Amino acid sequence: MPPQRSTVRVRVHPLGDMALIAELGTRLDTALNTRAIALASALKKRRDVRQAIPAHGRVTVQFDPDQITHEALAAAIRRLASKRPPVEEPGRLHRIPVIYDGPDLESVAAALGLPVVKVVELHSRPIYRVFLVGFVPGWAYLGPLPDELVLARRAVPRTLVPAGSVAIAGQETGIYPLASPGGWHLIGRSTVKLFLPDSDPPSLFRVGDRVKFFAATG
Amino acid sequence: MTAALRVRQPGLLTTIQDLGRPQAVGAGVTPGGAMDRFAHTAANLLVGNDRGAATLECTLTGPRLVALRQCLVALTGADFDPRVNGEAVPMWTGIDLREGDEIGFAGRRTGARTYIAVAGGVVGDRWLGSMSTNLLAARGGMKGRALAIDDVVSAAIQEFPDVAGRSLAGDQRPTYGEHVLQAVVGPHANRLTPESHHSLFSTKFALTHDSNRMGYRLEGASLEAPGEELLSFALIPGAVQLPAGGRPILLMADYQTAGGYPVVAVVISASMSVAAQLAPGHEVRFEEVSIATALELRAAQRAALLSLMS
Repeated sequence: MPPQRSTVRVRVHPLGDMALIAELGTRLDTALNTRAIALASALKKRRDVRQAIPAHGRVTVQFDPDQITHEALAAAIRRLASKRPPVEEPGRLHRIPVIYDGPDLESVAAALGLPVVKVVELHSRPIYRVFLVGFVPGWAYLGPLPDELVLARRAVPRTLVPAGSVAIAGQETGIYPLASPGGWHLIGRSTVKLFLPDSDPPSLFRVGDRVKFFAATG
Repeated sequence: MTAALRVRQPGLLTTIQDLGRPQAVGAGVTPGGAMDRFAHTAANLLVGNDRGAATLECTLTGPRLVALRQCLVALTGADFDPRVNGEAVPMWTGIDLREGDEIGFAGRRTGARTYIAVAGGVVGDRWLGSMSTNLLAARGGMKGRALAIDDVVSAAIQEFPDVAGRSLAGDQRPTYGEHVLQAVVGPHANRLTPESHHSLFSTKFALTHDSNRMGYRLEGASLEAPGEELLSFALIPGAVQLPAGGRPILLMADYQTAGGYPVVAVVISASMSVAAQLAPGHEVRFEEVSIATALELRAAQRAALLSLMS
């Protein structure tokens, strides 16, 4: 019997003369992210690839154009992506206490038409997946949020969000590792350190990890 | 490793930089490193260093540094009218300093960033595989910060720096005077309206005053690239992002490693050294080129650097 081929189509977009983006899919989807992680680890083993970062259903690949062309690398990516990804080992599970007292908690509840306690219950119910670590040191995009909590980001971003703020926007949630500007809705806070400058890697969360929030009292 | 230079005046922003920490991107840590890789690498090769040794990146105003021992240095990149003991000295050339000699700068003429290499290589704190200064994390380089008055810059001891007087040929030196960045279309360029595509590649944009090592905010024609919101993906320096407000952002060495704005263009690797030499207020234009052209220009830059390695 011939090896089973999957039907995932990969689109490859050049990103300048030394990089490209391999797009397995554009939705927030755990299976796509699993494939992106597998594709990135296969690519990182190649000598002509300098870096491959999985993010949701995409992989951003930096390569050495002296060793391979865009076209040849795109062809190699199509071959790799058509392979069945190895069975994924479950990512490490992090249990994160959250004090649900964020400045946007009540307005979020009102916008969603839910009582505050329901927002807290819904947010702390799922085991989220880390779809991407990036943006600022230690920031992880976690999801998918329950459908009832999906809300567009704030129209006007805050100029300063305190470190430790637990936030939601769209289908995702996250914790600000450092004080920074931000457009997400702040529903709580956590004291867990996400950016660990003296560890290697310096981030508590890694792509593919799992995160479970639970309500704590301040 | 020994003390090489003492800081008499630090200048506006002088930091220790090497080729950065690309492997840290997976943790959301920006790779950082020298903004102008061509000038950084040339400076190192002129004093016989490995291309990845750390140098001093001096922004807009140069520092005043006094040599604590004999050392070979080279100054490349932006022309701030460099002096040794008040006398004009050539750029892109190895210069032998004696103990007590003072490097200074009379004033900026072109560009934004001058690089100072010291034979043996500047030595700073190493963090995640690189000595580059990361100001946000306060790690790497000189205790994670810019140079300050009375800091002592150390360099490794080089046994046989048999390269004094080495110089980059005049026709190989970038001039930085022409503010044109060659760019290829980005993965989301097809979202641009025809008018916006035309404006992006034909009109001038000015760097706003909050432009820095993270990125340049560009003011000019308002661009439109409508479409569905994108889930965030990993970025690279040179990417031109287009936020909803219609003002593009050119990502530079200390960029935020992921984002979800459409990427409408990517400045080619050979043009990033010109980009690195732009300052707030400068006007810049993007010129659309093919990837084949980008690779030819990259090869020409490499040939110039190879001429220093003979």
